[in-house]
Amino acid sequence: MITRLFAGLSARALLLLAALGVVLLAAPLFAGDYLLTVLILILYFAYTGQAWNIMMGFAGQLSLGHALYVGLGAYVAAFLFTRYGIAPWLGFLAAIPVAAACGAVIGFLAFRFGVSGVYFAILTIAFAEFARIGFDHLDLVNASAGLFLPVAQYAHNDLWRLRGNPAMFYYVILAATAVALVLSRLLLTSRIGYFWRAIREDEIAARAAGINTFRYKMYAVMISAAVTAFAGVFYAFFYNNLFPEQVFGISRSIEIILGPIIGGIGTLFGPILGAFVITGLAEALNAVMLHFGLDLPGAKQVFYGLCLLVVVLALPNGIWPSLESWLERRLRIAEKTQ
Amino acid sequence: MTALLSLQAVSKRFRGLLAVDRVSFDVSEGEIFAVIGPNGAGKTTLFNLIAGEMAPNGGSIAFAGSRIDGMTADAVCRRGVARTFQLVRPFPALSVEDNVTVGALLHRRYVAAARQHALTLLRRLDLFDKREQPASTLTLPDRKRLEVARALATGPRLLLLDEVMAGLRPTETDRMVATLQGLNRESGLTIVLIEHVMRAVMALASRVLVLDHGIAIAEGAPQVIVRDPAVVQSYLGQAHIEDGAA
Amino acid sequence: MSFDVYLNVAVAGVLTGLVYGLMALGLSVVFGVVRVVNFAHGEMMTIAMYLAVVLFAQFHLDPLLMLVPIAAVLFVAGYALQTGLINPFITRPEHSQFLLLVAIGLIIVNVLLILFGPDARSVQTSYAYDSFEVGPLIVDASKLYAGAAAIVLTAILFGFFRFTRTGTAIRACADNYTGAQIVGLNVKHLYALTFAIGAACVGAAGAIMTLIIDVTPMLGPSYTLLAFVIVVTGGLGSMPGALLGGVLIGLTEAFAGLLFTPSAKSMFAFGILVLVLLFRPQGLLGKRLT
Repeated sequence: MITRLFAGLSARALLLLAALGVVLLAAPLFAGDYLLTVLILILYFAYTGQAWNIMMGFAGQLSLGHALYVGLGAYVAAFLFTRYGIAPWLGFLAAIPVAAACGAVIGFLAFRFGVSGVYFAILTIAFAEFARIGFDHLDLVNASAGLFLPVAQYAHNDLWRLRGNPAMFYYVILAATAVALVLSRLLLTSRIGYFWRAIREDEIAARAAGINTFRYKMYAVMISAAVTAFAGVFYAFFYNNLFPEQVFGISRSIEIILGPIIGGIGTLFGPILGAFVITGLAEALNAVMLHFGLDLPGAKQVFYGLCLLVVVLALPNGIWPSLESWLERRLRIAEKTQ
Repeated sequence: MTALLSLQAVSKRFRGLLAVDRVSFDVSEGEIFAVIGPNGAGKTTLFNLIAGEMAPNGGSIAFAGSRIDGMTADAVCRRGVARTFQLVRPFPALSVEDNVTVGALLHRRYVAAARQHALTLLRRLDLFDKREQPASTLTLPDRKRLEVARALATGPRLLLLDEVMAGLRPTETDRMVATLQGLNRESGLTIVLIEHVMRAVMALASRVLVLDHGIAIAEGAPQVIVRDPAVVQSYLGQAHIEDGAA
Repeated sequence: MSFDVYLNVAVAGVLTGLVYGLMALGLSVVFGVVRVVNFAHGEMMTIAMYLAVVLFAQFHLDPLLMLVPIAAVLFVAGYALQTGLINPFITRPEHSQFLLLVAIGLIIVNVLLILFGPDARSVQTSYAYDSFEVGPLIVDASKLYAGAAAIVLTAILFGFFRFTRTGTAIRACADNYTGAQIVGLNVKHLYALTFAIGAACVGAAGAIMTLIIDVTPMLGPSYTLLAFVIVVTGGLGSMPGALLGGVLIGLTEAFAGLLFTPSAKSMFAFGILVLVLLFRPQGLLGKRLT
């Protein structure tokens, strides 16, 4: 399995990866609170982007309602914690079947009845909206008034209950992103990954090659949903408050897809690169606006829209593929000149 | 000995059009069987019915003794019937090797083993040198061979080839004919092919079925078929007889 | 509850539904002809609504009067959008087009947010609180005028597509793209024209809509979704279908608001969407998609 993980990567690429890893691991030592929060945000989007990528990039199913699974993960874990004191890690275990079941329902409805492409995307949006409105009226979790987690100043970090300082959360999301990366790589290079890619390329030809496309599309949706749910758990325990409008809203779903689209759908590093680029630029924009004393709510979203527009128009495959070939050329040149 | 593939009075109707009209024929294991006829005769529809792309309105299709009509395309493939498409359908962004590996993974658990098998097939079909290219960069003859390789990777007992020679130059046609003959001889692979290229039909087929307007108008050895007046009238034309068949 | 209440709710639902239908008509026409799924549809409507609000606030111009100019503005914008951004995308994979319009929608919503803020804006016409009484029926004047305007405009649109040369040409493009080209129709121009007409539709609907509801920037995405529900229910590419779908959804919302809570009314629309996608994906009046 270890060889499969790293197969195809040159020595230099591995070195770069290792260097990046070291930098990320050491970040809390150097970064101030603000920068750390930005990094957490970047990794959060890298994680959700990677989870979304499993469905879209690998299996070719466009979901514009992924906030549904984030929300489910968040609410299930938060509810169990506030009501019964159950730790978030167990809450995540409870959220997995919930998210996977929802994914299965959507998948079943869509795939059994031939709903695909744009119609499928609309169906996913509808489900997310349905959840948003539903939770807005669900008194069990305080409806639109919001669900709050008890925040207390802890002397030390409590990893089990996810209570602590930003550095702890940083390492949690960093580890999660690494796990998501490894999981994606393993899935891609396995039988299921090959079948997914075949389905993505040409579903009819895939069926003619003996692939049960319904089953594998279901797997993609359910796995993607379950993986995304963890982001919800993290969200709930990091921000300590949940509002259906915030968590299930369509803006959240769009934010999730920005990273992969900008970085490169279907690639391994695309979502992470995309998350870095888009969040980095957005924060830079924020800083610039603050500097000029501008306070425009919505400016960040306009920026996101413009980025999406530019990428769709100019770089439909995202940044990563072009960057990858550029890097390869540079590395080859470097090797030749040695 | 029961036939490997058996069609009994198979019919398919599209709204007002009867595309396939009570067609029956048997194919024995190890045979190479050709289906010919003018455009619109219902040949590809017939293939789609066998391969599970659509279900017949009447009649039955049996493979290795059990009914397969009405089964989905992927289920039929798992049973051992592989097909190629008239307009080739490679997986464009995947490499040649990955294309065939997908097929090989049907009956293999692990990617490594599937890849080994894929490489063997690529060597067999002269695509080994191009194995790392994306399928979208291949020329048409190569794509046809890729399609055949991918179909073979699924380990079929019966291979359905839909106009696999179309668009190939004579030398490439001969090459494909030789490959198919080789496969048939060595592994006893049963082949049913739709073809317009008579050169290939005469070289490969032991028996030919002629379709016209969805009806089977003749069936028999190629030399005989080619002289059948009904066949000549509907499809071949006088010139071909003078051309001299086999 | 008495029959009177149901009747009144039904009538209100139908009238509102007619405006919904006009809005969805734009989407249906664009999809039927240009095959573009306009995910910025609702957002375009909110632009029209804000235009109406501003014109009313500044110059006291009734939205119904401003219908034509507002529709004209959206017409031009639609034409420009199609020629400039969307036409090059016709040959791109489906999700590229979709994302392009998602991006445009996102930008529109947030620019409106920056310009107008999140608070609701409304148009208080002189007849805003009037109503007509016909037997047990009590109908809001605004709703009645809105419904009437919607019917008139829809009839004009139907007439355009049925009886004019350009309209027929557009329908030809929808039926057979290559055939239309061969016959010598300037398809690119006709596509742009169709998108412009769709935009004008949604512009008119927006102007009319200000009589019925208040506008906020977030209305855009909600109405895009609603338009899709209506169009899918009625049948993608079918104009009568869009109208029928609109009325159906208008009724559903009205009754959902009556029998449950008003804020949950969209959930029923989604329920209908799911049912339609499952059991009759071509919609009530649509043609089977290939």
